[in-house]
Amino acid sequence: MSLPVLEARGITKRFAGVTALDGVDFNARAGEVHALMGENGAGKSTLIKVLTGAYARDEGTVRVGGEPIAPRCTGDAEAAGIATVYQEVNLIPDLSVAENIGLGRQPLRWGCIHWRAVRDRARRALARLGLTLDVDQPLSTCSIAVQQLVAVARALDVSARVLILDEPTSSLDEREVGELFAVIRRLRADGMAIVLVTHFLDQVYAISDRITVLRNGRLVGEFAAADLPRLELVSHMLGRPCDELPAAGRAAASLPPPGAPLLAVRDFGRKNVLRPLDLHVHAGEVLGLAGLLGSGRTELARLLFGIDRPDCGEMKVAGHLTKIRSPGASLRLRFGFTPEDRKTQALLPNLSVRENLIVALQVRRGLWRRVPRAEQDQLTARFIQALGIKASGPEQAIKHLSGGNQQKVLLARWLATEPRLLILDEPTRGIDVGAQADLERLLAELRAQGLALIFISSEISELVRNSQRIIVLRDHAKVAELAGGEVEESTVMRAIADEGGAPPPHG
Amino acid sequence: MKARLPQQQIPVAASLAVLLLLYGGGCALFPHFGSLRVLINLFGDNAFLGIAAVGTTFVILSGGIDLSVGSVVAFTGILVARLVAQGVAPPAALAIALLLGALFGGLMGLLIQAFDLPPFLVTLGGMFLARGLGFMVHAESIAITHPFYDGFIAQTLAIRVSSRLSIPFTAVCLVAVVAGATALARWTPFGRNVYALGSNEASARLMGLPVARTKVGVYALAGFLSALGGCVATFYMQSGNPASFVGLELDAIAAAVIGGTILRGGVGFIPGTLVGVLILGLIQTLITFQGDLNTWWTRIIIGALLFLFILLQEMISRFARRS
Repeated sequence: MSLPVLEARGITKRFAGVTALDGVDFNARAGEVHALMGENGAGKSTLIKVLTGAYARDEGTVRVGGEPIAPRCTGDAEAAGIATVYQEVNLIPDLSVAENIGLGRQPLRWGCIHWRAVRDRARRALARLGLTLDVDQPLSTCSIAVQQLVAVARALDVSARVLILDEPTSSLDEREVGELFAVIRRLRADGMAIVLVTHFLDQVYAISDRITVLRNGRLVGEFAAADLPRLELVSHMLGRPCDELPAAGRAAASLPPPGAPLLAVRDFGRKNVLRPLDLHVHAGEVLGLAGLLGSGRTELARLLFGIDRPDCGEMKVAGHLTKIRSPGASLRLRFGFTPEDRKTQALLPNLSVRENLIVALQVRRGLWRRVPRAEQDQLTARFIQALGIKASGPEQAIKHLSGGNQQKVLLARWLATEPRLLILDEPTRGIDVGAQADLERLLAELRAQGLALIFISSEISELVRNSQRIIVLRDHAKVAELAGGEVEESTVMRAIADEGGAPPPHG
Repeated sequence: MKARLPQQQIPVAASLAVLLLLYGGGCALFPHFGSLRVLINLFGDNAFLGIAAVGTTFVILSGGIDLSVGSVVAFTGILVARLVAQGVAPPAALAIALLLGALFGGLMGLLIQAFDLPPFLVTLGGMFLARGLGFMVHAESIAITHPFYDGFIAQTLAIRVSSRLSIPFTAVCLVAVVAGATALARWTPFGRNVYALGSNEASARLMGLPVARTKVGVYALAGFLSALGGCVATFYMQSGNPASFVGLELDAIAAAVIGGTILRGGVGFIPGTLVGVLILGLIQTLITFQGDLNTWWTRIIIGALLFLFILLQEMISRFARRS
């Protein structure tokens, strides 16, 4: 085992009396990818911010290459050799790629910016990552993945020895994640110490050498990734024994749902969006939609909910021929939909938990029949309790809640309308493992209560755990429908990959 | 540099085309329009607006707005006139005015930065304040009669072209300011930080750029350039008037936008603002040459041009998003 490049000992950080980090040790070694894992609130981001100088620590020491450091701003940390790339691309879209890499440290000649040197330096920084780009193009013309890589190049342009990646993959699709990981592997081979923060277990195992788990601000342990089974990692993160994990509670794939389907569509599609397909879902059933990003899952959900209109096919709701022309019509049919992009398409960020929760019910009742305040309060209290929503109170602005709790409020928004069908598009994206487990439990309960659910997720294991049937989409078309014993990760993967095609990514 | 026209330069190229079109049209329609004198006057007459508009351009690039321009120009004018009338040496009076302008802008920037206040409101306050202060200095117009003005500025510093024609010092000031500001925007870290700040302030902060210093600096620079515009206006008018230049800030904003600067910040080009100013000036000149049209036609044409350029910019950015 090589000596750590970055060595943090006994890091403690308190906020107004609350201990966010309690005597945490953390090491990053040259030529290793070290994943930092933990649920939301475990102290990951606090630790990262202490290391990058965004927060001043209260106790403990940090050494880089044996030298103690005490960074007070990101500039100090950079000077000490710690470079950071954040979740959202934090660069300047209107400026060129070269300038984004050089901004704030442009080489000067005769007191003026030496542009040729700026461009050369940017090219070298990108070449180090194995990238050749037109460095004069505005950053905004690059894909998000390339922008992320430019951010890495910028971070490494100082003589960095430690690279911290804070959830770099959350807005990337699978192929782009692959590109980023190729760069990470290259840097690892060059002897860089890399710290990776991510929610995706698959990615952790795909690239990490070592895993440190935090829980409630304390260090649970540092493990070699190869010696830590996935289930054990999750149980460390949750602090629960393995048998209580949702992984154990596989949804009963046995019961064939009785009666006519609640929703059935035939030859249902839209030109250039979705090739015509058949689909049905019963009350008391979870129908999973699998497929890669861009396979047409979200497009199908939008057509079903009436956000976009189909141009062919027919739809039957509880046996009756129906046309849904708008989300409002869906609402009257007692359908609900939580979109993939929670932040921009579902949340009313500045409004309270209560206001976010009752809005769908209010829309359903119409403009002139205000939901009485007493009923609002009562509903909010009921769902906060029933779903275990962690908020300081019903009047807290929803933007201050964690992702998992926001998602629960959005779910409650629809549950308050007593729906018959819920379409959930990536409901577990960007939320921590504990909240994921809660949501999965809730899904099972709702199904038991007779709701029909359409569940979209990129995590195949999650789909398999929770769905009775799975429809697999590829390239905007339905390619398989799996039921009963076929609902297996390997089957889904094969369907997505089209059998003899590329093997499943992290099988 | 690249051979292809970068997307961000298209609006500047478009306004340059409009400028040439107007100029060519004027030359074709009116005799003497193409004379050197008209061209020189175009620069000289619009120098104070151009200088102030360069300051406005920096502020807009940084993602802000400055509504105090007209008031500061007027304040500077009356202050210089009063000081000179009371026997202060003109260079000293000009220096005091420039210093006050920079200080005034810097203070507004400090308010905006320290308390995270909207620039629109802070500079609106600055607009009223500077206007009022101008009237406190002196409530009426004061003529400036001093050898420094009549001799040095108007004669010595003017560049003789022929026996009957010379380039006034105001025009020289305008060209020098545009050149200096272009260099500042393009070749200094401060200039680049202004662009970064206007494009995405949160990112600029996380990239470790000196956001606070840059923001205060931009408003100080704009205040300085407004004051310089005021000084140049005294060269041009030989007087100061606290009631003058109402709404000049809007002309400055229009010039910047017509010159390709995008109002949300982060995109723009300093020479484009000069083009914008010259377009405004040319429209004025054309209407003067035409003789029958009411001068309000200037405003109507400027309004139409503004709509046109805003639409053009929107179309370009939409096209950029799609490709």
